[in-house]
Amino acid sequence: MNDVILSRIAEALTWTGRYVERADATARILDAYLHRLLEDPWRDEDTACRSLYAILGLDAGGEPVDMQQVLDQLAFDARSTGSIEGALGAARLNARSAREAVSSEMWECLNSTWHALADQRTAARRTGPYAYLELVRRRAALFFGLADSTMSRDDSWRFVVLGRSLERVDMTVRLLSVRVLDAAHAPDWPTLLSASGADEAYARVYGGFGDTPRVAEFLILDRDFPRSVLHALTTAEECLTALGRPRQDPARRPIGRMRTRLEYLDSAALEDGLPHLLRDLQQACMASAEAVAERFFPYQGPVEWAREGA
Amino acid sequence: MADIFDAYALADAWDEMFERPGEVRTAYEPVLAALQPMDPAELRFRADQMARSFTDRGVTYAFAGEERPWPLDLVPRILDALEWDLISRGVAQRVKALEAYLADAYGPCRAFEDGVVPWRLLLNSPHFHRAAGPVEPPGGVRIHVAGIDLVRDEQGDFRVLEDNVRVPSGVSYVIENRRAMTRIFPSLFAEQHVLPVDGYGQRLLAALRAAAPDGVTDPRVVVLTPGPNNAAYFEHALLARLMGVQLVEGHDLVCRNNRVWMRTTRGEMPVHVVYRRLDDDFLDPLHFRPDSVIGCPGIMSAAQAGTVTLANAVGNGVADDKLLYTYVPDLIRYYLSEEPILPNVESYRPDEPGQLEAVLDQLDQLVIKPVDGAGGQGIVIGPQADKATLDRVRKEVVADPRGWIAQRPVALSTSPTLAGDGMAPRHIDLRPFAVNDGRDVWVLPGGLTRVALQEGNLIVNSSQGGGSKDTWVLTDGGPASAADPEPAGTPPPVAPRQLGPDGTTPKGVQEGAQQQ
Repeated sequence: MNDVILSRIAEALTWTGRYVERADATARILDAYLHRLLEDPWRDEDTACRSLYAILGLDAGGEPVDMQQVLDQLAFDARSTGSIEGALGAARLNARSAREAVSSEMWECLNSTWHALADQRTAARRTGPYAYLELVRRRAALFFGLADSTMSRDDSWRFVVLGRSLERVDMTVRLLSVRVLDAAHAPDWPTLLSASGADEAYARVYGGFGDTPRVAEFLILDRDFPRSVLHALTTAEECLTALGRPRQDPARRPIGRMRTRLEYLDSAALEDGLPHLLRDLQQACMASAEAVAERFFPYQGPVEWAREGA
Repeated sequence: MADIFDAYALADAWDEMFERPGEVRTAYEPVLAALQPMDPAELRFRADQMARSFTDRGVTYAFAGEERPWPLDLVPRILDALEWDLISRGVAQRVKALEAYLADAYGPCRAFEDGVVPWRLLLNSPHFHRAAGPVEPPGGVRIHVAGIDLVRDEQGDFRVLEDNVRVPSGVSYVIENRRAMTRIFPSLFAEQHVLPVDGYGQRLLAALRAAAPDGVTDPRVVVLTPGPNNAAYFEHALLARLMGVQLVEGHDLVCRNNRVWMRTTRGEMPVHVVYRRLDDDFLDPLHFRPDSVIGCPGIMSAAQAGTVTLANAVGNGVADDKLLYTYVPDLIRYYLSEEPILPNVESYRPDEPGQLEAVLDQLDQLVIKPVDGAGGQGIVIGPQADKATLDRVRKEVVADPRGWIAQRPVALSTSPTLAGDGMAPRHIDLRPFAVNDGRDVWVLPGGLTRVALQEGNLIVNSSQGGGSKDTWVLTDGGPASAADPEPAGTPPPVAPRQLGPDGTTPKGVQEGAQQQ
């Protein structure tokens, strides 16, 4: 009966998934950074904050930046979808516009989160952002948990998961890029791990030592960890396979190519070609996202009609 | 304006924060400046947040039969770089001396032949295990982890109160305290450079791997716990998680042909290093208490055969006996040819001729401790004890002089601690943790500061209602390693983010439907 899905809905679902994931990842990164800043006696706040801006793709400007400014712009700014609050707001509005496709529990989760943010923000200004960031992480987990347990595995669900997976690849690549391209500004390896929520998983695989370039290998190539690039690419490809046509799919092609490239990459080649690989990954994600948009939700701007002779 | 430090009256002891009333020590200036303007409600709010966070994370301890959040006071305990240099050198020296003593006691027994320590101290010790004799510890390490309890006396000098080289616990609280403080009270850290504590898991794992039997290239390390009902279970799980190793219980292990294996879904896997968090007595029912159901039968034989390393080694109890404690300064001189960096608290040995009488004469002015007690149990503080208690102790000491030591009561240093609506001085101690990997004894910066939450109380153990403080070691700043020699330039450009619809209505489209 209802085996088709409106393009508009599909787009809203994809971006709901992306924005919630973005808020989650940003919260993790900020939390790991803040913690590290306080724990690291040799910190330089301005440098650390600049690398945060670099990771999140924003311009830091010429003036010195401090943590409060970072929080204002990357967490509390409701007008920018690059900040937590903006991303969650956009996720909520997207979900509202696809209200009949997402389950009520998912919608309520986003809506109540949005309304809870104001209180947490006030508290954060008083006592620090920990509780705020924790709320964001928990609600993001709740949202995807609800998607997992209340949505049928139909195309709607696939668009949510596709959005989340693409954002995951993008975020992990961003974190690694700053580290690889410019170590002086970069967070150290343990911070990278905790910013990806991967510290415990990594310790189990490699035995506790989070201070080597093996972290990059783990975050890119690990097959089992859900935030690794390979895992997220695989998930995205599965969604695209089920959504798209079997061959010659411009949305699936860049993802599938990158995935196969990673499948057979060995550690030595990874280390040598890391900067190129990260750039290619980022481009593949963008290309795929654009192809998805073109194919599944061709956008038509509102047409303005004018009365003849008016 | 009234503030939370107004009613702060210095106790008759060294105060960590104030040199004289109103005169703050340099290291504490930024913290005092951050705390002073806060009102009690604000501090209460944070304390509640802290308690909730500990409860949520399962950082609790059992007190009077109920599960309580780990008590962490909001005011940190601060050690400056000089103080820490002294402490870490002193602790490392102590561990090295005790390590040498253990090697001697389970080996050539030179110190006894030479009369430095009387034979009876070894032979009477309930912790002397003949089963430990045949074990050759790889790298010569028996004390992989030590916790040395320090106090600060009336003059501000650090003194050793006791050594713990069996299964010292509490390091998880050091890690959790820092985690809680940076998350719930970030503003306190703003001005100062505090040495991080999160390297502990890594150091411990490196030391445990280094302790693997010879010839094992990729040793498998496990943490052996008595199980979830143990008071320190949280710590066992945390350490296993930090190191990324398995947390096993006794029945997860099996011994065959003097080798230890663990049962997994992929068959039995060999185990090479066991960081065991249960006492000697319970470790192996074949060698020690036959009624132990939490141990692993045969593990001691495997250790003797050299196929598995137990950390810490069995039989270490002969070195942290409180009576042996009184000999440690001599041991440092004897084995290391060094003067002790950290002095002991002046002590009496009732089992020596003449000293028993001296102790009994001034029983009401001394602290009497059972040599075997842990967790503050059985300690009697003479000046605070009633007559009945003193009479009982007198009888017990006369009956078993080897079982007791007596010490001068030290007025432990005090630190401002949140009590009701303001700050009040409370007595504190310090337990630094040392990890020995066979080449070097590393001391975790800081350690566990415990605080006696009741006014005037000198016993700080959490099982006796004590609390804790985050312990800061300050550095002078400046990177320890020249990690980034090049000056910071501008960060590289990273691609801008892709943006999708943010759900707002496109311009020029009206909401056409009217509500009716």
